[in-house]
Amino acid sequence: MISIQNLHKSYVTGNNSLHVLKGLNLEIEEGEFVSIMGSSGSGKSTLLNILGVLDDYDQGNYYLNGKKIWGLNETQAAITRNAMIGFIFQSFNLISFKNAMENVALPLYYQKVNRKKRNLIALEYLDRLGIRDWAHHLPSELSGGQKQRVAIARALISHPKIILADEPTGALDSQTSLEVMEILKEVNDQGITVIIVTHEHDIAALTKKIIRLRDGIIGEVITNGDLQKYRDKVKHE
Amino acid sequence: MFDLDRWNEIYYALAKNKVRSLLTAFGVFWGIFMLIVMAGASNGLKNGIVEGVAKFATNSCFMWSQQTGEPYKGFKRGRQWNMDSDDLNYILRNVPELEYISPKNFGSRMNGGPNTIRGLKTGAYNVKGDYPEYVKIDPYTIIHGRWINGMDIRDKRKVCVIGEKVYEQLFNPKENPLGEYLKISGVYYQVIGVIKPETQININGRAEESIFLPFTTMQQTYNMGNMVHFLAITAKKGVPVSVVEDKVKAIIKSRHSIAPTDEQALGSVNIEKQFQQISGLFIAIGVLTWIVGIGTLMAGVIGVSNIMLVIVKERTKEIGVQRALGASPRTIITQIMLESVALTTVAGYTGLTLGVGLLELVNKIIESQPAAPGKEVFFQHPEVSITVAVVSLTILVLAGLFAGSIPAKRALMIKPIEALREE
Repeated sequence: MISIQNLHKSYVTGNNSLHVLKGLNLEIEEGEFVSIMGSSGSGKSTLLNILGVLDDYDQGNYYLNGKKIWGLNETQAAITRNAMIGFIFQSFNLISFKNAMENVALPLYYQKVNRKKRNLIALEYLDRLGIRDWAHHLPSELSGGQKQRVAIARALISHPKIILADEPTGALDSQTSLEVMEILKEVNDQGITVIIVTHEHDIAALTKKIIRLRDGIIGEVITNGDLQKYRDKVKHE
Repeated sequence: MFDLDRWNEIYYALAKNKVRSLLTAFGVFWGIFMLIVMAGASNGLKNGIVEGVAKFATNSCFMWSQQTGEPYKGFKRGRQWNMDSDDLNYILRNVPELEYISPKNFGSRMNGGPNTIRGLKTGAYNVKGDYPEYVKIDPYTIIHGRWINGMDIRDKRKVCVIGEKVYEQLFNPKENPLGEYLKISGVYYQVIGVIKPETQININGRAEESIFLPFTTMQQTYNMGNMVHFLAITAKKGVPVSVVEDKVKAIIKSRHSIAPTDEQALGSVNIEKQFQQISGLFIAIGVLTWIVGIGTLMAGVIGVSNIMLVIVKERTKEIGVQRALGASPRTIITQIMLESVALTTVAGYTGLTLGVGLLELVNKIIESQPAAPGKEVFFQHPEVSITVAVVSLTILVLAGLFAGSIPAKRALMIKPIEALREE
């Protein structure tokens, strides 16, 4: 699904250059439920942006579903994002003047699905996430948990191969965070690859694979037996 | 196809800060309003002047004698002299480019007091001696009877044609004036016609307040000898009046021992030149109108562009989210451009409609107050042509696209990743 080899990325500000990713290698299979962790500056957000075709890289290879992601123009990148990737953001990033249903339907709008059809589909997704009654409410009228459910519905509506979630529970209380993670688990159970960037250990413990970044490369991959130990450790903390 | 979501977004973007949008739109509104009003006012002025002289022979020239300005052939400077009837024959023989020549003499208003009597009614009017050809240069509408003819000239008949106002003052309403007699400066003349002028050009007094005698009758009755006060000439088609004017002047100067270089002795007005100057003036006014109008409009458009830049800046995050969700650059560009075109078009169309409405209102007011007879109307039918309206609308859409192009480019430069980082 995702194959990254020897990925390098630097940010240049004036005369200064900050080398963030330093030859990172990563393989994520279809249907995996992965969390990416790391301290501030370790490169986790940079990696997520490259994975989401939001940013380009300087060197290396990135294959998404067998297709090399390199040198795409803005239109090609937009089409790739729309067809392959669903985004979930910490601050929800809902469009303030569109109601919940219209926000969910937005990716279909860019696919030129007609208004009636896309709104109907959006209502189905809101129903699946338990907030159909809030379909005609503006984001300002929704709670944090409801907003994130709308954002998840919006990420799912275009049948993406991957869900990329950047601190999806960062702005939520612990109970709501668990509910959101439960929804993401259900999404993953349907075969969609889910990748979460988080700094919260208890959230990472709910995924099936934890990747720790250290200084721009993969420092540690926790999976299988180690993962259970990790979960137990988090539980006791 | 109509895209409700897109128009909702445009409405949201513009309605988010209503005062700002209204003030911005006002700039465009004012630009197009001014353009339309100025173009209409310029047309109204042009129509007023053109209609006032529309039927007047524009290929004409008038001359009259004045004191000489240079000494010549033993004559001193400042000599009084007069054209005479023999000049006419000489000119007719020697100027083949001439179309019409019509001499004109003026009688005084008899020291300003009443000079015309009919029964108990009296009045002071301009008395003019004319040739039949004069109406080919300055046409009159015949209300009753006829104009002076060749037989009147040849036989020096004691007949007169009177102006409309003279008729109103000396006759009862609906009274037939034809065959009636007027005593003008002590001599009886039979009325053969009543006229009203078709132009607003007045030569030695308004035509409707004038009495016209056969030229030869006037010369004889009032002891003018063969003196000619005033000469009206026209050039044949295709010949500039100035050519005829120069030739006629040269002949007259030569016959009356006036220095060829004396510009003062023979006063003249070349109507063709005057018309060219007026036409040039209107072209200049037209150009100025468009320069000022488009300048004002551009100021408004720059305002729109500026505000669109602010809107793009404010919506950076939103644009970033839209792009992350799959909005193509084209979608974003179209969105920004449409917002700009919508703002300029709505504001401009309002300005266009109100401008045309104001011109219509002024037109209605002018039309509801018919000008008094003999009163010049220098402002008529202030209107803009459909061409001006179409050009204005095209300018509006182009201006909107121009105003939106820079902000749209700026919006495209927003990288989704940078926009999403912005909190």
